[in-house]
This record gives sequence, C-alpha cells and structure tokens, in this order.
Amino acid sequence: MRPIATTRAATGIATGKLAVWWVLASEVVIFGGLLASYVMFRLGHPEWADAAAVTNMKIGAFNTFVLLTSSLTAVLAHQAAERGDGKTAAKFLYMTILGAATFIGVKTYEWWYEISHGYTITSNTFWAFYYSAAGLHAFHVIAGAVIMAFVARDAKRGVELHRVELIGIYWHFVDIVWIFLFPLLYIAK
Amino acid sequence: MAELATVPVPPPHAGEEDHAHHGPQGWLKYLWSTDHKVIAMQYMFTGMFMAIVGGFMAYVFRMQLAFPGFEVPGFGMVSPGEYNALVTNHGTIMIFWVAMPVLLAAFGNYLIPLMIGADDMVFPKINRLSFQVFFVSTVVILASLFVEGGGFAGAWTAYPPLSASAEYNLTDLGSTLWLVGVGLEFVAFLLGGINFITTLMNSRAPGMRAFDVPVVVWMIVIASILFMLSVGPLLAGAIMLLFDQTIGTGFFDPAAGGDPILWQHLFWFFGHPEVYVVLLPAMGFVAEIMTTFARKKLFAYKTVIFTVVATGVLSFFVWAHHQFIAGIDPRMANIFTITTLLISVPIAELCFVYIATLYGGSITLNTPMLWALAFIAEFLIGGVTGIFLGAAGATIYFHDTYFVLAHFHYTFFPIAIIGTFAAFTYWFPKMFGRMMDDRLGKIHFWGTIIPFNFIFIPLFVLGMGGQHRRIYNYEHFTELAGPGFQNMRVLATVALLVMLLFQLVFFYNCFKSWRSGKRASSNPWRANSLEWTTESPPPHGNWRPDKMPVVYRGPYEYSVPDRDDDHWPQNAPN
Repeated sequence: MRPIATTRAATGIATGKLAVWWVLASEVVIFGGLLASYVMFRLGHPEWADAAAVTNMKIGAFNTFVLLTSSLTAVLAHQAAERGDGKTAAKFLYMTILGAATFIGVKTYEWWYEISHGYTITSNTFWAFYYSAAGLHAFHVIAGAVIMAFVARDAKRGVELHRVELIGIYWHFVDIVWIFLFPLLYIAK
Repeated sequence: MAELATVPVPPPHAGEEDHAHHGPQGWLKYLWSTDHKVIAMQYMFTGMFMAIVGGFMAYVFRMQLAFPGFEVPGFGMVSPGEYNALVTNHGTIMIFWVAMPVLLAAFGNYLIPLMIGADDMVFPKINRLSFQVFFVSTVVILASLFVEGGGFAGAWTAYPPLSASAEYNLTDLGSTLWLVGVGLEFVAFLLGGINFITTLMNSRAPGMRAFDVPVVVWMIVIASILFMLSVGPLLAGAIMLLFDQTIGTGFFDPAAGGDPILWQHLFWFFGHPEVYVVLLPAMGFVAEIMTTFARKKLFAYKTVIFTVVATGVLSFFVWAHHQFIAGIDPRMANIFTITTLLISVPIAELCFVYIATLYGGSITLNTPMLWALAFIAEFLIGGVTGIFLGAAGATIYFHDTYFVLAHFHYTFFPIAIIGTFAAFTYWFPKMFGRMMDDRLGKIHFWGTIIPFNFIFIPLFVLGMGGQHRRIYNYEHFTELAGPGFQNMRVLATVALLVMLLFQLVFFYNCFKSWRSGKRASSNPWRANSLEWTTESPPPHGNWRPDKMPVVYRGPYEYSVPDRDDDHWPQNAPN
C-alpha cells in the first residue's frame, strides 16, 4: 500500500511526469549557466576559433546522427508502451541504449585522439569548456542509459510501462543539450 | 461529500502490513523512515546542531575581534588562518546548513503534507534520499574543518582567485571538501524541492483549490522553485571551480584566459534569489501566526501570492548589485540599482499587508506572536539599510565594511533565527504534543531580541566609520584601533555572549516542555488550517485513511460575521 498522496493527481498530470519536467527545468539551468558562460567568453575571445578548428566536425556530426536516431527509437518504445506491448518497448529501449553506447564509444575515441595530440583540459579555456561541457553531457548520457536498462527490464515483463515515457522525455532532453553543444563546440569557427 | 469518492480510500486496516506506513522500528526508523514528519525532524535537529556549530564560530571570532591577543576560552589562540576559516564556515554553515534545512526542508517537510491534507510526500523515498544526501554533505563540511591546513578560508562567497588556488587560501584540502559539501547540499535540496513542488501540485486534499492553500505552503514551494531555477549556474560554476582547484584549468584565472568576475556572476545569480529562498518561508510562518493570533483574515491573500511571484521573478535581475565595486560597467550598475530598488517595493508591501492584518484584530501577545512581530520590526531595519547598499553610488563607500555585514545580519537573523523560533514555538504543540512554557518563551524572546540589536547596531556604526570587514586584528591598523571603535567591538561581542547564554533558556524550555509540558489538544490555537484537525502529534499517515480531510474553504476564515465561533476550520462542512 502506497501513501494516498502518491495516488492523487490534482493537476490531471501524472506525478511522475510532472516531476520529470521539474528535473529537466533544473537541468536546463545547469547547462544554461555553463553554456552562457562559454558563449560570453567566446564572444570576447575570437582567437578561440583556432582551437575550435581542431575539433573533428565529421565525428561530431556522426554522433549527432546517432543520438537523434536513439531519440527516434525512444519514441517508438513509448508508442509500443502506449499499446501495452512491453516486449517491443523493451526492444526499442535496448536499441536506444545501443545508440548511447555508440555515442560514448565514439566520444572516447575522439577524446583519446585529441588528448594524445596534446589538446587536454588544461591546454586553454576553450578546451576546458570543451571537455567540461561535453563531459557533463556524456555523464547524463551514461546515467540515462543505466536508468533505461532498468526501465527496459521492467517493460519486458510488462510492468511499470508508464516509465518508458518518462525516460523518453529525459532522453530527448539529453539529445537537445547535444543539439546546442554540437554547433557551439564544433561548428562555430 | 461527493469529492470523497474521487479519492481511493483504502480499508481501515490495510496499513497493517504496509512497509511504507509501518516502516522500520526503533533507531532504524530514523535511518530509513520515509515518513515526512520523521524526515522533517531529521532536518530540524541536524540544522539545530549546525546552528550550535556556527554560533560557536561566531563566538570565537567575535572574541578575537574584541580582545585580540588573548586566548579565547574553549578555543585557544586564534591564528589569522583560523580566523579566515571561522568566518568562512560560519557564513557557509549558517546559510546552507541552518537556514535552508530548518526553514525550507524541516518546516517544508513537516507542513506541506499536513497543510494540504495529504498523508505524505508524493515521493517518500526521494524525500528520504534527500535527507541522506544532506547528511553526507553535513559530514563532508564538518570533516573539512579538521583536515590538514584547516577549513576553507576563502570567504563563504568563494571568490577566485582566492578560492581557486591553495597558494592564496592556504587550505588545499579544506577548499575542495568545502566545494564538494556545498555541491552535495544543493543536490539534496533539488531532490527535496522537486518533491515539494509536485506534492503541492498533485496531492492537495479533495476540494482544496490553489487559493485555499495556506500562504506558508505557497511560499515554501515558490522558494523551492526559485532555488531550483537559480542554483543550476552555480552548480556549473562549482564544477568549473573544482576543476580550477584540482586539475589546473583556468576558468577563473585571467592568466589562462579565464575571468574571475564570471564566478561572481554565477555565484550571485544564485546568491540573490537565495535570499528570497530563505525569506519566503519565514514570511509564510509570520502570516500563519499573525492571522491566528489576531483572529483576522489575512489581508489581501491573493495579492500576497502574486506579490511573492513578482518578487521571485524580480529576484533574478538584481544579482549584480553585489558587484558594483568589482569592475562591472557603470551603465549595468545603473540598471541593477533600479531593479534592486524595485524589489524593495513588493517586500515592503508584504510588511504593510501584515500590519493591515493586525489592524483591528484581537491580538494575543504570546511567544509565537512576539517572534512574528519582532520579525517585521527587525527585518524592516535590514530592508531599509539594503536601500543604501542597492544604490551603486552609496555602495562605493559602504562596500566591504561592517555596514554590509550588519545589513545582511539584520535580514538573515530575522529570517533564520526569529522566523525559526516563531514557527517552532507555534507548531511545537503539533510536533511534540505538548504546550511550551510561555513565560520561559518570553524570557528567551527578550533575551534574544535585545542583545541582537546590541550586536549589530554598533556594527552599523563601525561600518559607517569605514571599518573594513576582513581584518583579523585591528591593532595592526592604528587609525581603526582607537578606543571609540574598539569599545563598540567589545559591546557587540558582549551582546553576543548574552544572546548565546539566553539560548540555554530555549533548550531548557524545549526539554522541559517536551518531558512535562501541558498536553496539547489537537487545535490549541483554534486555527483553521488542516494540520490542526488531526491529533498532536499526528500519527503515521497523519489522518486515519478513512478520515482524510476534505476542504470547503480557505485557511483564514477568522471572526466571520454571523458565526458563533471565531474560527472556521477548512474541513468543516458548511
């Protein structure tokens, strides 16, 4: 028996979904503060373009594609969950996790390449932002994938299907953060 | 009673084997309970313990300032490094480990479910996790005081380069632990805040509309939203500062292409809304107490809510008034002067609303009411002196003097100490099922309020005399060490000692009342809100599952004409 409080919905929106949106609101300002700081610096330091030119736009574009595709599979998982088809939902969630793993794998290679060529977090403030912002994002990708594994395990057994949507909302957020990071760190020269 | 049908009502004895409702017993209860009242008490007692720690620090550095060169009883000689660590951690602990856990977390946890007629928070386990993270953060900040080099000594605002480099602050481990502790504390309050907001939004009792919610609940939830929306940039900044400290990045180091002013922006973008994060709960307590003991409807309830929302929005646009001297563009200083003067309008309005609530009421001057009245009187002094500091021109003179220090203690002391005592004495019967001794309460009240003014009025005068805040021993500066100045420092210190001594009366009163006070009825103050409709102290689940309250009206229907009774509980059917 759960507390009565957890069963109420005075707004008509499920409590879990409401909470996920508030989590995102708090996340938006974390990334917002970091990126606003970066943009203010970038405007004052045109010479950072030289450092930005070193980043590998093709790899970044590939990772953007991988992440967007993983968002698609997250939507398909939600669609399946809505139908009550937990098995299919779990399958799509596993595909999303695969996308996350690919993203992190590519990122690892990219960072290994850059670090081995001498571009480390202490090289200058552009690189400090590059590694901090992308690192914080990667941390969110990993955390999301781990939570998704639990949600998928439950969905496979047909329980807690509403959580498929919740993790999907979070996943889109992680995706959108990358949509900001990619142009700011890779494309802007 | 049609609304009742929409609530799933469990059978009366369904809770018997229920883990959530009948959790671990004995001492384990305090480690693993998910009951909002237990978690509230955990926050309350941790906060009170930290208040003793922070108060002790104030005692040590005030003694050093009044009697430099002498050993401080209970501490010993104070070195310059220790002095810096003491003032830094006094500020940090009083704000993040006293004001926030007590005002927001303890009273938020205790009051929100009870006042909106719910049996718990919507996420009881996240609530428990919130306290556990907070507890870890407490251990970290306390541990930071005892590592090699001592506690962090870069001031509670942690401005780089002082905070970023151990070369300057001389507290290599202390500064990193301080940062980690503060970061964990933020995480705890984010978890708690999400819980507060969603609980108010979704778990109100049947029949309770948005404008039937007591003002204090509104204020705590708006404070949680302010915290949530302002702390993010500082969390990002904390990560950047941590990297600057530990792996040698240069976010805030001009030599490496960084900018120390950036930290000030990130810190105060959080730091100023933070003032309202702690102010609003205290304002809420005062509203509840004043309506109850004036037996009057709260003046302009809806206007209060809208005013508070407006204050919250404005509070995001005043932060740079902390940086007028930091080299920001004077044109920007103009804008921030205007927004700062603007934000005094809604706060002044709230004070007027409270006075209007008192007007024509039948006022009972018991301990909680005295605290509530003192809150308005003392906070007013803090607010008015804020006008001087909000004006960029005056700040050039006042910056970093004791005037600033006295100003913010005249805001934070009413908030964190007076507000807490008001709420604690008002809800004590509900929390512990016993009445507090009113006579001891009044002795404690006067023994706190009078010395408080004798601490900080001299500091205003010292500040106007141009005394810089960050000096460890004024004997090193002959023009500042004259008897006129020194006597005022001694007066402030003696007043602090008197005030600290009178706190023993409070602890004695608590203990005595808790052991042998008069038993409290469920509604000793004849108040309207829902927490007074259940037993004192409320049982697990707050009400019996078949007795969950249904709401018919707002919380401030006192002295309604044509009614025999002068109060009209929210759950009484028409």
